[in-house]
Amino acid sequence: MSALTLRLFGDGILATALNGIFSSVKATIAFIVCIILILAAIFAPWIAPQNPYDLMQIDIFDAKLPPMSESMSGMVYVLGTDTQGRDMLSAMLYGLRTSLGVGLSAGLLALVIGAGLGLLAAYVGGRLDALIMRIVDLMLGFPTILIALLILAVLGQGTWKVIMALVLVQWAYFARAARGAALVEVNKDYVEAARCLGLGRTRILFSHLLPNCLPPLMVIGTIQIASAIATEATLSFLGIGLPITEPSLGLLISNGYQVLLAGLYWISVYPGLLLLTLVFVINIVGDRLREVFNPRLAA
Amino acid sequence: MTIAQKNMTEIVLDVSDLQTHFFTPDGVVKSVDGVSLSVARGEILGLVGESGSGKSITGFSILGLVDPPGRNVGGSILFKGEELLGASPKRLQGLRGNRIAMIFQDPMMTLNPVLSVKTHMIETVLAHDSVSREEALSRSIEALRMVGISQPESRIESYPHEFSGGMRQRVAIAIALLHKPDLIIADEPTTALDVTIQSQILSEVQKLCRELGMGLIWISHDLGVVAGLADRIAVMYAGRIVEQGSVDDVLDRPKHPYTAGLIGSAPAANSRGSRLTQIRGAAPHPLKRPEGCAFRTRCDYATDICHTEPTETFGSNGQRWRCFHPLGIPNGEERP
Amino acid sequence: MTAFIIRRLFQALVVLFVTSVIVFAGVYAIGDPLEILLPPDATMAEREQVTRSLGLDRPLIIQYGHFLLNALQGDLGTSFVYNQPSISIILNRLPATLELAFSALVLAIIIGIPLGLWSGLKPGSAVDETVMTGSILGFSLPNFWQGMMLIMIFSVYLGWLPSTGRGQTGTILGIETSFATWDGIKHLILPAINLSLAKISLVIRLTRTGVQETMPLDFIKFARARGLSSRRIVSVHVLKNILIPIVTVIGVEFGSLIAFAVVTETIFAWPGVGKLIIDSINVLDRPVVVAYILVVVTMFITINLIVDILYSVLDPRIRSKAR
Repeated sequence: MSALTLRLFGDGILATALNGIFSSVKATIAFIVCIILILAAIFAPWIAPQNPYDLMQIDIFDAKLPPMSESMSGMVYVLGTDTQGRDMLSAMLYGLRTSLGVGLSAGLLALVIGAGLGLLAAYVGGRLDALIMRIVDLMLGFPTILIALLILAVLGQGTWKVIMALVLVQWAYFARAARGAALVEVNKDYVEAARCLGLGRTRILFSHLLPNCLPPLMVIGTIQIASAIATEATLSFLGIGLPITEPSLGLLISNGYQVLLAGLYWISVYPGLLLLTLVFVINIVGDRLREVFNPRLAA
Repeated sequence: MTIAQKNMTEIVLDVSDLQTHFFTPDGVVKSVDGVSLSVARGEILGLVGESGSGKSITGFSILGLVDPPGRNVGGSILFKGEELLGASPKRLQGLRGNRIAMIFQDPMMTLNPVLSVKTHMIETVLAHDSVSREEALSRSIEALRMVGISQPESRIESYPHEFSGGMRQRVAIAIALLHKPDLIIADEPTTALDVTIQSQILSEVQKLCRELGMGLIWISHDLGVVAGLADRIAVMYAGRIVEQGSVDDVLDRPKHPYTAGLIGSAPAANSRGSRLTQIRGAAPHPLKRPEGCAFRTRCDYATDICHTEPTETFGSNGQRWRCFHPLGIPNGEERP
Repeated sequence: MTAFIIRRLFQALVVLFVTSVIVFAGVYAIGDPLEILLPPDATMAEREQVTRSLGLDRPLIIQYGHFLLNALQGDLGTSFVYNQPSISIILNRLPATLELAFSALVLAIIIGIPLGLWSGLKPGSAVDETVMTGSILGFSLPNFWQGMMLIMIFSVYLGWLPSTGRGQTGTILGIETSFATWDGIKHLILPAINLSLAKISLVIRLTRTGVQETMPLDFIKFARARGLSSRRIVSVHVLKNILIPIVTVIGVEFGSLIAFAVVTETIFAWPGVGKLIIDSINVLDRPVVVAYILVVVTMFITINLIVDILYSVLDPRIRSKAR
């Protein structure tokens, strides 16, 4: 893939990542859309035409109106209303907030826990390493959705339970990547030298091993966040994800499913498009990062 | 003239002013920068040079196997009178492995690890001859026998990793011989092998060439290997052939200082205990070759005129060289 | 080779054992087994009977023994909802899911590998870019939404294909399957496409990477030097090399297809184990959930084992080492 080599941000890892993104047209567009979506999510309460969860603001008589309909109060429902009379656009913005919030929390938490365990395994080695990796292999042998399903079946519903389930499913990816990257470093001479000099374990872990693990963690991080968002949406759709008091895009789509066959397409199509866009752009950025940091794939 | 002698003088390959350049983001690398050589039937030509001199690329150019960003930019390659540069891909494909064969350096890498030797050999036969599989199989077994592999009927079923290095290279040679090619290009075929195996393979290859009347270009960085094997030697430096001639002429009466340096730096040439003679300096980076004669920065005899490109001078007995100050020839300076 | 198989079998048994302990702990030790194994409206008499028969008043080890014994005989509890042994309910519905997963797998292979090959052989071209971006889109599409859109377009608007349910089945080779009737196939198309989309993307990317990593290798150059045709080089030398990792991944992914069938089956009302498990979770039919876990885990372990063996069969280098 042709790419200009920009050197806008200097030479560090973050700089390499940003340079990599901005040297690809596709990734740049995706990145910008991503930022827009994140900002939209953060500022949802301010930019949404109505608060769809404030019962005072919705009108059941406005339910199931197609896009561009007008309400009695003169407000235009740009994307229509759902079965409860909520403005779709607002509901989508709030839903985006929830989806993104859950996805980011789960992803970052999984990263911290997983990378921590992976680094530990690489550094300490021996039995601890073998034990951790066995568990990782076991967990990676089963598909995400299944584990999440079963965990939630046992734990029950709730936002934090969903996040926990997602973390439990995803930590293994981070652990394996971190361990792999750390192992490459751990065997290098400078670690031995640092050890001889009496530098503390934590110091070695953080200042030497961690920086080298950052590139693969960044790549996996973006992809896993996208995966977390998609998985949470799926779980919510199936009715075992987030509670209805904190609807994510998945739940919105689920509501739309029931009336899909009746022709009320906007209740499921638009939230779906938004969800798709969100996951898609994150994945494009992640894919670009993977190309940048993985020398084997360099053209 | 005997029939053998007559056959010996038929020119199989005639390369003139071959140029293959690599167009990299950092600049143009002139890997092959005006190479001319020829090989006659039954003749062994040793192409000698250090890494980066362009000898392997010369071999690939002849077969048309130069990959982008490299491509041929000039010259001519006549194979039995037919021009190969610009020939259709189909024609080239028909010649490869059939009339011109190549042997690579590391057979472990050149044989597909998931396919058996039998598959490799039968597919090579069937690529150019429409015969039955049984016929192809028996030809393959014969070829293995010819290169000295015992029990070829059973060994042919094996996979590459089940052979030792020397055996694998014999397999590669057998594959090259399947269609009794007119020309074989061997790119450092024994470099990765033990010295003892090396000499075995050398003598066998020499024997086969004479018997079958094949031309052979043996590419190597090791002058010693080539000395015992070749009829003629071509010495390459920085993309050009700096000296060419019969093995005796080149080794006993070298004209180019680089050739003399190579000969002198061979361990055998030095007496025990004394320091090894070296050519001073190092080979230039392909993108930063000196203007004119590329060797002048390392040459004891260089003068101002060496900043211009030396053209080829032809001596007696077919010896050729590119040098303004060839050794042993009075040129205003007498050198021993 | 046999030593290898035995070793892997042993490992598989260990994992099964550990899983059974975890499930047992979840059901019997941590949770209230009576609550899990009896419907909420059970009488006192029934409770006492179950307590005695399950030995719930005995030490945990003995309880586990009971559990294991029952499990090995195929008794994993009785479903509240259907009032039949949960294991038989699961096994009853499994063929439908397997049929769906199998169709999706076939689609993934016949669409994914050629596209991946095409894309890998022309790196950096427009084809390559399109296919790659398309594949990212493929696995970014939320499974359930995509299924809904498929129904909307092909069922509601175009009316070409049915929207829900499994069609008529017939028998091919003694197996009851939808492939035997046109009606069955019509019902199978949309769900199979839905399930396969993410896998197609995966196979495309795997194949492409494989091709890109294989083409620059020396033995490809040697194949060209021998005058082999491009078709032979790609279809034999490249393909056989990349097939090994692809086959292993596909094998493992078959298991995930069975898991993802949960979503597809829910949307298309396909009567497989996926739909069953969602329904069971929603109505708290826990014996079925327990049975599902054990059956699925067993299937996964089996699949992994088969894939491992397949890998060593396909790669002659591993075969020699395993000897």
